[in-house]
Amino acid sequence: MITRILSRLLQAIPTLAGVAVLVFVLVRVVPGDPVAMMIPPGADADVVARLYAQYGLDKPILTQFVIWAGQALHGDFGMSISLRQGVTGLIFSRLPATLELVAFAATLAVLLGGALAVFGTRYAGRAGEAVVDGLTGFILSVPDFLWGLAFIVGFGVLLPLFPISGRNDPSYSLGLASDFILTESFLRLRWGVTADILAHMTMPAVALALPLAAMIARVLKSSLAEQMAQDYALLSRVKGFSRWHVIVAEALRNAAIPTVSLTGVQVTFLVGGTVLIEKIFSYPGIGSLAIDAVVNRDLPLIQGLILTFAVLFILINLLLDFSYALLDPRLRHG
Amino acid sequence: MSEAALTIKNLSAGIARGPMLLHGVSLSVAAGEVHGLVGMSGAGKSMVGRCVLGILPAKVAITGGSIRFAGQELVGMAERQRRRIGAGMALIPQDPLSALNPSRRIVSQMTDVMRLRLGISPTEAAARALALLHEVHIRDPQSVLRRYPHELSGGMRQRVLIATAFACEPKLIVADEPTTALDVTVQKQILRLIRDLQRSHGTALLFVTHDLGVVAKICNSVTVLNAGRIVEQAPVAEIFGQPRHPYTRALFAATPRYDQPGGAVG
Ligand SMILES: Nc1ncnc2c1ncn2[C@@H]1O[C@H](COP(=O)(O)OP(=O)(O)O)[C@@H](O)[C@H]1O
Ligand SMILES: [Mg+2]
Repeated sequence: MITRILSRLLQAIPTLAGVAVLVFVLVRVVPGDPVAMMIPPGADADVVARLYAQYGLDKPILTQFVIWAGQALHGDFGMSISLRQGVTGLIFSRLPATLELVAFAATLAVLLGGALAVFGTRYAGRAGEAVVDGLTGFILSVPDFLWGLAFIVGFGVLLPLFPISGRNDPSYSLGLASDFILTESFLRLRWGVTADILAHMTMPAVALALPLAAMIARVLKSSLAEQMAQDYALLSRVKGFSRWHVIVAEALRNAAIPTVSLTGVQVTFLVGGTVLIEKIFSYPGIGSLAIDAVVNRDLPLIQGLILTFAVLFILINLLLDFSYALLDPRLRHG
Repeated sequence: MSEAALTIKNLSAGIARGPMLLHGVSLSVAAGEVHGLVGMSGAGKSMVGRCVLGILPAKVAITGGSIRFAGQELVGMAERQRRRIGAGMALIPQDPLSALNPSRRIVSQMTDVMRLRLGISPTEAAARALALLHEVHIRDPQSVLRRYPHELSGGMRQRVLIATAFACEPKLIVADEPTTALDVTVQKQILRLIRDLQRSHGTALLFVTHDLGVVAKICNSVTVLNAGRIVEQAPVAEIFGQPRHPYTRALFAATPRYDQPGGAVG
C-alpha cells in the first residue's frame, strides 16, 4: 500500500513539471502587463524599467524560468506583484478556507446524492423515482454559480437566513491558532464559532454541492438498480430483510464502486467551481485569490495558484484511487 | 398423499399493461417431498418460484389465484406480514456467484438470516454456521467463514448457499436450477447433497429445472410447464413411464441421457 502511494506520488512529479512549464509560458504569452497595472498611466520610464528589473521581467523567458524554477524547488514562488507578499505564504494562508469549503461541499454532495439515489431506488417504478429523476435533471440544468446567485437573492436578501459574504463574523476575534477555523473551533468545543462559520459556508457550499449531488444521485441510482437485480439482493429479501435494508446494507457498497469511478472527476470540477463561487460570496480562499490575481496580471501569484490547483487535483485522484481498494475486497486481496 | 406444505391454485401473473406470464398454474408440494417444476427456458418456472417467495420483479404482479403456505393465504398479504411468514421458506439460487454479496464475508452472509429469524446472538449464529458448513462437507469451514465469495470455488459457494438455506429449518425450499451454473462433475455432488439434506431435515422442496435427468434423480412428482401453462402433472414414475404430452416428449428428446426414476444419484 505504502509503495503504491509513493509510486503514485513519483508519477505526479513529471505532471507537475509539465504544468509548471506550460503555465509559465502561457502567462507570459497572453496579453496584459503586470507592471502597467501597478503604476499610474504616464509614469516615468525610469520607474517602469526599475519595476521590470525588480520582478525579473526584463530578462529572457528561459532565464526567468530557470530562476523561478530554482526558487520554486525551495518552496519560494516569488513575491505577489499586486499584494506585495510572498506567494507561498499567501497561498498557505488562504488554502485552508478553500479546503474546508470543498470538504464541506463534497460531504453535502455525497449525503444528498446518496439519499436521493437510495430514495429513488426504494420507490423504483413509482412516483418517488419520478420525483428524484425530475429533481436531478433540474439541478443539473443550472450551473453552480447561478445557484450561488439565486441563493444570495433568495436566502441572503429576500429571506435573510444566511450571511452572504465572508467566512466568519468579523465583529469578534477568533483567537484560533490555525487557518482551519471550522475544524479548529469544533475541536476546541467553541461550537458558537463553528455554527457561525457553518452559516457563512452553507450557501456557497450548497451551490457547489448541488451539481455534484445530482450527478452522484443519477449514477448511484442506476448502479443501485443493477445491484438490486443481482441474486444476492433477491436472496436477502427471501431471508426476510426489508427493501431499505437490502438497498443500504447490501447493494449500496457495491453500487458505490462504479459511482466513485464515474463521478470522481466531478470532484475536481467542484474544486474548480470554487473560483467563481468564492468570488460571488467574497469567501477568502484561493479561488477568489485566483480571480484577483488574474485581474491584476499578478504573474507569480497566478503561477503559484495554478500549481496549487494542480496539486489538489492530483491528491483528489489519489484519494479516489484508494477509496476503490477500501470499497472492493476483490481489489484489496487480489 | 400427506399434508401439503405448499398449495398453488390457478395462479396467474403478468406484466402490468403487458403480456401474461403465468396462466392458471396449480400445483402442490407435499410436506417432506420433492416436486419438480420443469420446462424449457422462459417457460415461467422461476416466475412461479418468485411468486411463492414474494420477490416478483417490480413490473410483474399476481393477477389471480391463490398460494397457501403454513395455513395462510399469501396472495394479497401485506409485505410486512409476508416477510414474517417467509421465515418458513428459503431459496437455493441458480447462480452461486451472483447470489453472494461480493463485498461481505461468508460468515456475515450466513449468520444475518439466523440472527433475524431465530433471534440468536452473533456468536451462537457463527457456531451454527460452522456446524452447517460441516454438514455440507466443506473442508476447513473455520477459514471459509472468514473469506469473501471470490475466494471460493463455484461448488463451495453453492454449498455455502445450501447450508444457509437450511439454516433456519424452513418448511419449504425453492431450488431454482441449483446445479445449472456448475461444472458437470460438481453438479452430481451438489444434487446428492441437496437430496440428502432434504431427506434428513424433512424439508419440502420445489425443485425448478429444465433437465429431466435431474428430475429422475431427485423428484417424487413433477409439473411440466410450457409458456406459463401446465401441460402435464404426475408422479415421476408415471411421466417417465409414458409421457403423454408432446411437449414433455420433446423435453425428453432434449435430455441426452437420464437415469431411471429412483435410481442412485451420481
Ligand atoms: N424481470 C422481469 N421482468 C419482466 N419479465 C420477465 C422478467 N423476468 C422474466 N420475465 C419473463 O417471464 C417469462 C418467464 O421467465 P422465467 O420464469 O425466468 O422463465 P424460466 O425460469 O422458466 O426460464 C419469460 O417470458 C421472461 O421473458
Ligand atoms: Mg429460470
